[in-house]
Amino acid sequence: MSPETVGPARCACGHAEKGAAPRPARAWLQGSAILLLWLAAYLSLAPLARWAAYRLLPLAPQTHLGSSVEFLLYEFPKVLLLLTLIVFIMGIIRSFFTPQRTRSILAGQRESVGNVLAALLGIVTPFCSCSAVPLFIGFVTAGVPLGVTFSFLISAPMVNEVALVLLFGLFGWKVAALYAGTGVAIAIAAGWTIGRLKMEGQVEDWVYKARATADAPEGSQQWPQRVAAGREAVCDIVGMVWPYILAGIAVGAGIHGYVPQDFMAALMGKDAWWSVPVAVALGIPMYSNAAGIVPVILALIEKGAALGTALAFMMSVIGLSLPEAIILRKVLKPKLIAVFFGVVGAGILVVGYLFNFIF
Amino acid sequence: MKIEIFGTGCPKCHTAEKVIREVLTEMRQDAEVVKITDIQQIVERGVMWTPAVMIDGRKVCEGKVPTAAMVKEWLSGPA
Repeated sequence: MSPETVGPARCACGHAEKGAAPRPARAWLQGSAILLLWLAAYLSLAPLARWAAYRLLPLAPQTHLGSSVEFLLYEFPKVLLLLTLIVFIMGIIRSFFTPQRTRSILAGQRESVGNVLAALLGIVTPFCSCSAVPLFIGFVTAGVPLGVTFSFLISAPMVNEVALVLLFGLFGWKVAALYAGTGVAIAIAAGWTIGRLKMEGQVEDWVYKARATADAPEGSQQWPQRVAAGREAVCDIVGMVWPYILAGIAVGAGIHGYVPQDFMAALMGKDAWWSVPVAVALGIPMYSNAAGIVPVILALIEKGAALGTALAFMMSVIGLSLPEAIILRKVLKPKLIAVFFGVVGAGILVVGYLFNFIF
Repeated sequence: MKIEIFGTGCPKCHTAEKVIREVLTEMRQDAEVVKITDIQQIVERGVMWTPAVMIDGRKVCEGKVPTAAMVKEWLSGPA
């Protein structure tokens, strides 16, 4: 969670959308038409990229330059199309889960069930890293158990839709699913562990004294607003991350054609068992948003880094960061921050070794 | 009129302030704009999600950067 996290930050407050709502039938028709167009565009990308690389440009399919250019012309629009669709859908899903609603769902939960719910809600609840502390206090003072609150705070940045789409687009669905699954698992396990350790005394005293204000009743949103929220998320997130993705894929494309495959194998390959802890440790002081880091991961893997090692690095960069520790220091005593980093770091280690073992 | 902007100082909070100040200038309206960056204060005012905006103590927006259109509506509506 960094101040720059592109992430989940849209909300549901007072949309001033006026004007006649479109009739449902017409809206559905429009939606389906757009989806069909999307599908047609997605399916025609591969032939279009080939045509552009070898017909429009005077390149030959067997050359390094040719295959690099084809890679770029295919992968970039593909990832962008996928990202637009997923971010739009996430924007709509998020309009159902405001933090206030999430908090009231979690406040009544027992620990174990609560950890699972919190980790899942962390994926869909919009929140920007600057809100970590107010959210933390809002949750704790409303009676959400400490461990459950942590499950939420861990999963929200760790399981990120931009990272998910990039992994899916560049590595396939298995890697993407493992990433999402293990990210949620870490959030559940780490939150549960922190709950078991009875760390309530390690929260700064003023937190519990803070007044939990009653929520103002929220106006329920209608579908046109939800769709607008989805569109807004697309403008916001896709508009912000596309240069990173383009740069990353361009680097990937360059490597694709030129750099030898096993360039990084000795340093970050499967045989270097120590590379996973080193990757996690290196990732903590670094922080970046998911869009910035995934292309780096792609480059590392293209050069022979083991998938688990590279993913552990990525999770450490986006899930654990020093600036976050400094922000959280206002509400947590140092011991609890150390436990938080220790438990999540251990979880990431396990995931790194697991990926290296499976792939 | 008193406009309070709640945020710990991330880019979004700065944007929120900028939007509000721009609209105020454009509408030639005078208001006291206060930025509240202290976490303790933010929490005590019942804000869970930054950036948030309160006008004369009433929360009008939470968790997002308001658009110029939204700000205009708050300023011209019954405050």
